[in-house]
Amino acid sequence: MNIEEVHKNTKIMREGIPYNVDNCEFMKPGKGRAIYRLKLKNLNTNMTLDVTYHSGDQVDEISITGRDMQYLYEEGEDYVFMDSQTFEQFTISSSLMGDRSKWLTEGMTVNMQMMGETVLDINLPNFMELEVIETGVAVKGATVTQQTKPATLSTGAVIEVPPFVKEGDVLKVDTRTSTYVERVNKK
Amino acid sequence: MFEETERLCRIKSNLERRALIFDLTRRFFKERGYLEVDTPTRVPTVAPERFIQPEESNGWFLAASPELHMKRLLAAGYEKIFQISHCFRRGERGRLHNPEFSMIEWYAVGSNYLMMMDETADLVAFIAKELKIGDVLNYQGNRIDVSSPWPKMTIQDVMKMHAGWDPVEAFDEERFDDDITLKVIPNISKDRPCVLFDYPRQAASLARINPSNTKVAERAECFIAGLELANAYSELIDPAEQRSRFLKDIEIIKETEGRDLPVPERFLDAVGDMRPTGGIALGMDRLVMLFCDAASIDEVIAFPSDLA
Repeated sequence: MNIEEVHKNTKIMREGIPYNVDNCEFMKPGKGRAIYRLKLKNLNTNMTLDVTYHSGDQVDEISITGRDMQYLYEEGEDYVFMDSQTFEQFTISSSLMGDRSKWLTEGMTVNMQMMGETVLDINLPNFMELEVIETGVAVKGATVTQQTKPATLSTGAVIEVPPFVKEGDVLKVDTRTSTYVERVNKK
Repeated sequence: MFEETERLCRIKSNLERRALIFDLTRRFFKERGYLEVDTPTRVPTVAPERFIQPEESNGWFLAASPELHMKRLLAAGYEKIFQISHCFRRGERGRLHNPEFSMIEWYAVGSNYLMMMDETADLVAFIAKELKIGDVLNYQGNRIDVSSPWPKMTIQDVMKMHAGWDPVEAFDEERFDDDITLKVIPNISKDRPCVLFDYPRQAASLARINPSNTKVAERAECFIAGLELANAYSELIDPAEQRSRFLKDIEIIKETEGRDLPVPERFLDAVGDMRPTGGIALGMDRLVMLFCDAASIDEVIAFPSDLA
């Protein structure tokens, strides 16, 4: 692919090593050549690297296939998933998973980004509906601005919610931003 | 729609200040006797430039700059003209770039590249004064004294100092642009704007060669806290030299990118009638960024290309 088409989170192969583009900065003197400063993360080691490309340069995009998988369980530092068609099992390290592990529930389906048999990343559903396990009573403050309070969800994730939310409510949440969307309560 | 409303409300004060800066800019030039002109956006030919890709429009182009038409006005005898227009440059998108942007271009017969830079300093100092900012601008953690005139340095000196080689004695095209962007601009002093001048003749573009030092072109650029703001020339008015530069660039563009560009014949017919003139183009969006302390061009444009 042409360097112009590279964006943040494009996955590329460079000198035999797969990288994620963590950041792509376009710089150009008005009359001069464009420069692309990429921050690359080595997908095997998580080490980062700064590289410079110019307009017209070609990079090798990694061909990625998406496979739906079921989450099974946590095992030490890893999370174990299973392809429900072939029953093959794959693991993801906690460093790749990051704090997204707070959304994992047994049996949920995620989309796994694969390069051949190697797992590059997973995509969680953007929205999930989860039950509130614990939340306090909103403290009445002196201001008129809308108050929020923390609530613990069934997966262990903690998010800020409006004061009317009670334990046992089911909430729609945005997993990308860890924010409350609405109360659904249709069990 | 919620995200769009939220974004547009957040940048409203920037857009209000933008409108004010456009008004002040027009006032500045009108008070100095410049005529505001209006040349076409959709044009049959553009100046062939190696590193500026025009956007095509049904066999014609969207103007990457109003330069050629403004120079045809100058050739016809107009003496001081300015224009604020939308310009289009394909693929230029980043923190400081939007493929459609606003540029002010102005020309004065009898002026030259360094006088145009002094006038740019006057413009910025005038806006700062009218906005009640005074002489010192706060931009991205830098305190910049914008009072006019601005310090000037030759490209030869700054390149020797920050990149360790001399592009005037031995030009290396690939290294030149990279080193200006990655070594010089980040390292020049940020407490004052900086004018860099006398570019190697190989990077002359549409500037005339300096008659007393033929290794350099009378071209200057100014930077404020790392932001490239404006590019000035003593305009090239020799039609034969202009034609040969255009034909050479058309050939290189054809060879390296496979793009066919027409020769701007009407402009070439006119350019020989121009008198010695100074010309300059300044990015209005970036000027607004400076006065809004905006890190990204997206904070001063209502609808950047990704959200258009």
